[in-house]
Amino acid sequence: MRLASPNYVRQRIAEFGPTRDRPFVLGLPTGSTPVDVYWQLVDFYKRGELSFRNVVVFSTDEYVGLPRAHPESNCSFMHRHLYDHIDLRPENINMLDGNADDLAAECRRYEDKIALVGGIELFLGGAGSDGHIAFNEPGSSLGSVTRAKTLAYETVLANARFFAGDVDRVPKLALTVGVGTIRAAREVLLMITGAHKAVALAKCIEGGVNHMWTVSAVQLHPSALVVCDEDATLELHVKTVRYFKSIEQVQEQLIGRENIGVRGSISRLSRSSAHATGSALSTGGDMSLAHSDGGDDDDD
Amino acid sequence: MPSISDPVTQFYNCRVLRGHALVEDSLYMQGGKIVDPARVFWDERRRPDVRIDCKGGIVSPGFIDVQINGAYGYDFSNDTAEIEDAVRNVSRGLLLQGCTAYCPTTVSSRPDVYRTVLPHLGPRAGSVENGAAVLGAHVEGPFISPHKKGAHELATLRTAARGLADFDACYGLENLRRHAAYVTVAPEVEGVLDAIPELIAATGVGVALGHTNATTDVVTRAHAGGAGMVTHLFNAMHAFHQRDPGLVGLLGSAGPRPFYGIICDGVHVHPHSVRIAYYAHPEGACLVTDAMSAQSLPNGRYKIGEMDVDVHGGHAYIQGTDTFAGSTATLAECVRNFIKFTGASQVEALENATLHPAQMLGIADRKGTLEHGADADVLILDAGLHVQRVFIGGVEATPDNVHVSEKKLPVS
Repeated sequence: MRLASPNYVRQRIAEFGPTRDRPFVLGLPTGSTPVDVYWQLVDFYKRGELSFRNVVVFSTDEYVGLPRAHPESNCSFMHRHLYDHIDLRPENINMLDGNADDLAAECRRYEDKIALVGGIELFLGGAGSDGHIAFNEPGSSLGSVTRAKTLAYETVLANARFFAGDVDRVPKLALTVGVGTIRAAREVLLMITGAHKAVALAKCIEGGVNHMWTVSAVQLHPSALVVCDEDATLELHVKTVRYFKSIEQVQEQLIGRENIGVRGSISRLSRSSAHATGSALSTGGDMSLAHSDGGDDDDD
Repeated sequence: MPSISDPVTQFYNCRVLRGHALVEDSLYMQGGKIVDPARVFWDERRRPDVRIDCKGGIVSPGFIDVQINGAYGYDFSNDTAEIEDAVRNVSRGLLLQGCTAYCPTTVSSRPDVYRTVLPHLGPRAGSVENGAAVLGAHVEGPFISPHKKGAHELATLRTAARGLADFDACYGLENLRRHAAYVTVAPEVEGVLDAIPELIAATGVGVALGHTNATTDVVTRAHAGGAGMVTHLFNAMHAFHQRDPGLVGLLGSAGPRPFYGIICDGVHVHPHSVRIAYYAHPEGACLVTDAMSAQSLPNGRYKIGEMDVDVHGGHAYIQGTDTFAGSTATLAECVRNFIKFTGASQVEALENATLHPAQMLGIADRKGTLEHGADADVLILDAGLHVQRVFIGGVEATPDNVHVSEKKLPVS
């Protein structure tokens, strides 16, 4: 788990080959799950294996009314865990301003900026235990754009640990990218780990597309990747988990890593395959579920 | 206030002394101050202009010495004719040692000396040109006990039968107010105890207790009257006695307890005594050198004032004897010795030489700390707490840009 997501990000950026005129546009979340991912990305940068010079980032949300200098604002979080440690250019960082005079105008500005840079290439996200993606709380439109959202009680409770356990100090309003904004990204990578996310993952994968579990909207995305751990699969059907694990086996045995592109596109069967059947395996358009245990260094 | 155009310097690959811990973090400075990197990042949208690799070392505030009588052959009480040279060279020398701020200390002297010398020992900013910052004079004596005078000259000691008027006659109250950081007095000397709160009200100086034989009752009243510091604990005071613990005993008070200077050269105070005192009152410990003019002199024989001195092996001896002529320790050495004597952590040792002296002087918002807004007086230390690099007001001080000249002393 530790390396699956950061490795994927590194490979995608490397394969893309960003330049100043054609930067790699990344959507970045906050929360406890990304902390390890960011730490690993910083490590790649320090070892010279990844540069952010031509990466443009969009943060997914920001509390309304919280001073930017507050240690729990998303600006502080991103600076502390990522921005301060890598060669990301300050002008390439896009954050929502939760203290803007006109919040609606600020949200429109954000959507316009995403369009201006050519759209988001890869959106990293997590899921709340109530199945929200970014702050698209249960009940959000599945076609929504960046806007202000009232936080659900479950979200406020979950965030209280960052505000000295005091629910009253947690902001109740946030600016967030919409479900539609995320669906418009060219690829989505969700990191869903831990037993407390098991129900959300089950709703995401096995339930229908449902605005009460907005993370389920990835079912409609042509190119989505979910990275999870064993505990997060606890509420999935055994059949589902086996299926996704079998994909990995098939990829190893039948296809061979050399024939699989970074984004999972398959060019041909492995020449050395003993089970060449001639039947076409579907390319693209599939959700792939990368499943890693603690010690595994799968990079999908 | 740093302006937007000042270059931003980042120390990285280091552990920073912050929040009473050593944390793996960067430190940013701009315009001679420690700044908040998040503010620089978000307001100015800029990355650091200068990045300093600390090679895994420790980043600490510069050391602060609140008791030092001289160094490099100079003495603040005796070199009245060359007092500017004394301040300039001692300040520069201390800076290169990692002491970025200090209180030049005068021993008991006659009134004319105070009139002449104190105006030169007043606060002045630190820089590579000036050397370490001068925080104001530590005026030690002459209102001290003749029974505990140590190396002070008996003929200069005096009482304060007329209270504040005697202080004025001796020092000049305005002189104190403008140039002194704190005075050391003995509270049992006639008139001193009652004068302490008046002196503080009239001049704003701090008051420390030292060179005294006072009983527990008297020191307690002096402390309650505003004397918040003990001068070189254990030295020049009566020994701890279980029923009359005296000045040492203030460290065991149930009420508020004072700051205390303690000399950790391994000579003035036995390591066991340092340990006992420290754990009685850790928050009050201030490492001081009480160094005298032979500090940092190369090996040799010198005539310093009336004294013939032999300097060798890092110590100064009265010539022909193995009696120490005085302390010649550096504060950096005291910090390392302190850890050896007490087993305390590096954080505690460093705070005893930075934060606590700054708190004692009431300047902890800008000195002795790496909080945002503090002066950028910064040290890079290795894992053994040896000073590697020194920065004052954000500028690096090296032997190339800081020139120290020892006093030309007659060879004895």
